Amino acid sequence: MAQQLVNGLMLGSIYVLVAVSLTLSIGILNFLNFSIPGLFMLGGVLTWLMIKLGFAWPLAAITALLAVCVAALVVERFTYRWMKGSDPEVPLVSSLGFLILFENLMLVAVGSDQQAFPQVFADFNLRIGGLLLGGPQLISLVLSIVLVVMISWVLRKTRYGRQVRAIAEDPETAGILGIDLQRIVPLVFIASGLLAAIGGVLFAFNYLQVSPFMGEEVGLKGISAMIVGGMGNIWGAIAGGLLIGVTEVFSIYFLGSDFVDIVVYGVLLVLLILRPGGLFGRVEQREKL
Amino acid sequence: MSGYLEGVLVLLSINVILAYAAALPLSAGQLNLGIAGFMAIGAYASAFLTNEIALSMWLAIPAGAAAAGVVALAVGLPILRTHGIYLALATFSLGEIIKAVFLNLDVVGGASGYAVFDYAGPMAVWLTAIGVVVFMLILSQTRFFLYLTAIKNDATVADLFGLNTRNLQLAALTLGAVIAGIGGGVYAHHFSFVEAQYFNAHLNIFIVLFVLLGGVQTVYGPLFGALFFTAVPELLRFSDEWRFVLFAALIIIAMAWRSEGVITAKLLRAPWRGKTPEGARP
Repeated sequence: MAQQLVNGLMLGSIYVLVAVSLTLSIGILNFLNFSIPGLFMLGGVLTWLMIKLGFAWPLAAITALLAVCVAALVVERFTYRWMKGSDPEVPLVSSLGFLILFENLMLVAVGSDQQAFPQVFADFNLRIGGLLLGGPQLISLVLSIVLVVMISWVLRKTRYGRQVRAIAEDPETAGILGIDLQRIVPLVFIASGLLAAIGGVLFAFNYLQVSPFMGEEVGLKGISAMIVGGMGNIWGAIAGGLLIGVTEVFSIYFLGSDFVDIVVYGVLLVLLILRPGGLFGRVEQREKL
Repeated sequence: MSGYLEGVLVLLSINVILAYAAALPLSAGQLNLGIAGFMAIGAYASAFLTNEIALSMWLAIPAGAAAAGVVALAVGLPILRTHGIYLALATFSLGEIIKAVFLNLDVVGGASGYAVFDYAGPMAVWLTAIGVVVFMLILSQTRFFLYLTAIKNDATVADLFGLNTRNLQLAALTLGAVIAGIGGGVYAHHFSFVEAQYFNAHLNIFIVLFVLLGGVQTVYGPLFGALFFTAVPELLRFSDEWRFVLFAALIIIAMAWRSEGVITAKLLRAPWRGKTPEGARP
């Protein structure tokens, strides 16, 4: 039981990274960035590719993350900048276009098979009581928590954070008050892309496989986590991610893998009906889509 | 007509039906990401009726569509408590649940799929699609459609002006589900086989993309979107493995170039009728 809870939290922590990445984008820029599952995948696949080319794993991971920063900037250039004044559903289409683009570029580069990711850490598992904690998984859980706490600290306490929150409130007024939107908005895209990509790298290290389509399943769960937590709310995204991870692992444990989707999406549906604005969202607030 | 062209036209017809199934709720402001689920209900219900009680296809497909409508009606009230992106996730969850239920339902073959014994030829599929288009063209001229647009633009004001927004929204959701059910029934009877995995998240997202790329302002937008998503990948076949890379690039360019959807009301307005007033929303 407790073991399953731990496994669920580990899986959930990956969802948390993707969900926080999405929630940053929608909370600050009011932009549901569907290319994020693609950036997640790029993080994992590019790391694999670099390791295969003979680079040491830290170097491989850093190169992949830098590449994702560039990709995130390209997405910003072709989606967010064009959306001003149009219906808010629209950039959703072009960011989905980028998801398809990234996936198929990687398909050309590495093929559609699941690629085995090398095990870079020797097996170091911790046993606490009867619980088995995988080393890499533990590191990724801690890393996710640290990253998310850091982001929320930056948003709350620093000068940058204040500027970002002003943009979230009203981009036009923020611009009038002298905030350099052209500088801050790409930074938000990079931060959100990096979170997703780190999620992808951690996923690769934990589950030891990558493929061009690895972002989809995780991305959908991440989006669900973000929405069920209440959009734009970082703590909501964390709660949502962990909730989905734990629900998924428990339903596999108790009911078998045939019923995972029914249970996970059933729980989401019921939660949404009970709390139409998400767990931590305000109901009366006008929706942001 | 070559078999290839015939096949592409069948695909186009089914995509057109699905595009309108998503466009109708969207014209009331509902982003329905569960269209594939309703399509699955239409497909499985009609296939079950022709297979098990030897009902004629022409009765079974409407019956399947009605079944999809009944499900939409039943879940509509609780689901419509949510709005915007939350509604999108609620419908998406519903679609995933429906898919997973059929995947585990052994009466209709479970994961191994379900063969359908009655066959609908290409002509039947085309005619159904044309029927749906004509229906939507007529519907778009009615007061009902105007009400939906009013709700989309501002549900609160529409409510204040005396529209029964709850019932209208429910009607839009249900009607969309019925159209999706028709699409599902036709799909099942043309391809003679249904499997639950087909009605997945990919399909759901692409159906909505048809509509958003084509544009939601006019009734012709979804038609264009379905055409784009069917024809362009076929035209790009020469590029082999780069096919979907190019396709994705075209989507991005199309949306950057026409960010309100390719077909806008302004585009269709005859030049002699003058400019659209500033700020007017069709």
